[in-house]
Amino acid sequence: MIIKDVLCPFCGCLCDDLAVEVEDNKVVDVKHACKIGASKIMGHDRIKAPMMRDDKNGEFREVSYDEAINESAKILANSKRPLLYGWASGLCEMMAKGILLNEEVGGIIDNTASVCHGPSVLGVHEKGLPTGTLGQFANRADLVVFWGCNPVQAHPRHMSRYSVFNKGFFASKGRRSRKVVVFDVRKTDTAEMADEYVQVNPGEDYIVMSALRAIIADKADVVPDSVGGVPKEKLVELAEAMKSAKFGIVYFGMGLTQSRGKYKNIDNAVSLITELNAHGKHSIIPMRGHYNVGGFGQVCAWTTGYAGAVDMSRGIPYYNPGETCSNDLLMREEIDAAFVIAGDAGAHFPAQSIARMSKVPVIQVDPFHNPTTEMANIVIPTKVSGVELEGTAYRMDCVSLRMRKLVDVDFPSDEEVLDKIIAKVQEIKGASS
Amino acid sequence: MNLNATFISGRTVNQGCNLENKTSQAYFDAAAYCEMNSKDASSLGVEPGNNVKVTTDHGSVVVPMAICDGNPDGLVFIPMGPWANAVVDPDTKGCGMPGFKGISAVVEPTDEKAPTMPELMARLK
Repeated sequence: MIIKDVLCPFCGCLCDDLAVEVEDNKVVDVKHACKIGASKIMGHDRIKAPMMRDDKNGEFREVSYDEAINESAKILANSKRPLLYGWASGLCEMMAKGILLNEEVGGIIDNTASVCHGPSVLGVHEKGLPTGTLGQFANRADLVVFWGCNPVQAHPRHMSRYSVFNKGFFASKGRRSRKVVVFDVRKTDTAEMADEYVQVNPGEDYIVMSALRAIIADKADVVPDSVGGVPKEKLVELAEAMKSAKFGIVYFGMGLTQSRGKYKNIDNAVSLITELNAHGKHSIIPMRGHYNVGGFGQVCAWTTGYAGAVDMSRGIPYYNPGETCSNDLLMREEIDAAFVIAGDAGAHFPAQSIARMSKVPVIQVDPFHNPTTEMANIVIPTKVSGVELEGTAYRMDCVSLRMRKLVDVDFPSDEEVLDKIIAKVQEIKGASS
Repeated sequence: MNLNATFISGRTVNQGCNLENKTSQAYFDAAAYCEMNSKDASSLGVEPGNNVKVTTDHGSVVVPMAICDGNPDGLVFIPMGPWANAVVDPDTKGCGMPGFKGISAVVEPTDEKAPTMPELMARLK
C-alpha cells in the first residue's frame, strides 16, 4: 500500500508530499523525502521495553510500564525543582499534557529551542517579527538571503520546495527569478549554490548588519573600509541589491543565535528588515530544526503566556530566559530531577551541563536509545510521532498541519504516558496534602 | 605543532540521518570528526582520519580530522552532538543559550583514541 501526501516528521520544513510504501504494517520505502526524512521514516533500532536502574553506571533492568510510570511520578511529585525538557519531536497534543504535568509538579518546562532558536524568541520580544508563510516566500521572493544557516545540510528540501529552485507565481523562472546571497563564516554547500557568498568573521554578524543598516539609511560615509571581514564596496553593493528587491526574505539559523551577540543578532536582523520595508517588501524567518519545535512555542504561549522556559514553582507562570532556561538551571545546580521527553539533552547540551544533570534522577521518555539514556534512571519507550501516531505540528512558519499515522505499533503514545504520570502525581500529592 | 583556532559546531545531513540512531557506528562517523582546511591540516601534519585533540577552556575531545576547504584558516568545525559538546561553553551569558560557536580552541595531533558515545557520556557521570 502506498500512502500519499505524507508529512515528514523531521525538520521544520514539514514537507507534505511524501509517498510512503507500507507492507504488512512495516514501512518499506519512502519517496520524495530528503535523505534525513527517509532515514527517520524508515526507522531505527528502538528501545523495546521500559527500563530502570538506581545506579547510572549500572545495568538497566526491564520493568513494566506501570512500574516505570509510577516510579517517575514519585520522583517528580517529591522533587522540589524538576526540569521537564525536550518536547520538540512530539505532537502538540502531548505538549499540552506536558504543560499540565509541569503545573502539577511546580517545575520548569523548557524545550529544545533553548539550545536552538531561543535567542530568536528574545529578538522577537525586542523588535517583533516582520514575517510571512513559506508559500508567500515561494511565490514572491526575488532576493533570498541565508544568514548563518545551511539548508543543504540541515533542511535539504527547503531550497527546492520553498526558497530557491521552485517556480512561484511572481517567480516564474524559478532559480533564475531570484538572487541568492549567503552570509556565513565558512563556505558551506549552501554558499556554493549562491550568487553571492559573503564571508563574515566569526561573531561579527551584528556589525555587518549595522553597516548594512547605515548604508541603507544613506549614511555610508560612517562605514569603515571593512566591517566584520566584508569590504565596504561589497556591503554597498549588497545594500543596493536589498533596496532594489521587490520581495526580500532572510532565512536565518544557528549562525546567528549561537554566535556572539546571540539574541542581539536577531534584534539587529529584524531592524534591518523593518528598515528595508521602506523600499520594498521584506520578511525574515528562523529556520526551525525539529519538525514541531514551533508547536511547543505555540502551545506553551497559549497555555502559559510564554513560549518556553516557564517556571511554575510559584504556582503562576514565571519566565526569565537566562534564569529559567535549562542550561542556566543545570549550571546553577538547582535541578533535583530531570524529565527528558522528545528531545535529547544528553547529545545536545554542553558536557558540563550534562555532568550536572547526571547528579540527579533522570527520567527519559523516547523511542530511541541516545546519550540521555546513558544518563537515565528510568526509560519509557513510546510511539514515533508522525509515523506511528497522528496529531498536530507547526511548520517553521507557524502554519499548523496534521501529521499522519503510517503504521500501528503496540507502544503507548507520549500523551498516554503523560496522562498516567499526571494521574499518579495527583494521587501522590492528594494523599500528602 | 598546535593550531590556534576558532571552534564552531553545526548540523550536517549525516548527523541528521542518525539522530535516532545514536548508538551506531554511523552516528559516530557522522558526528565525531573535526573539519579544517587543507592548509591548517598540513600545518598540523595530519592526514584525514588521523586523530586530533581539540581543547578549549571548557574541555577537550579526541576525534578524527577531516578536510573542508570551505573553512577559512583557523576555523574548525565538529558536527553538533556529544563530541562537539565536550568543548563548548555552558555559560549562556544570561540569555539561555550556551556558546556553541566562536570558541577559542587549540588543536593538536594525538595518538589517543576517539571515545565512543557511551565512553564520552561515562566521563560525565
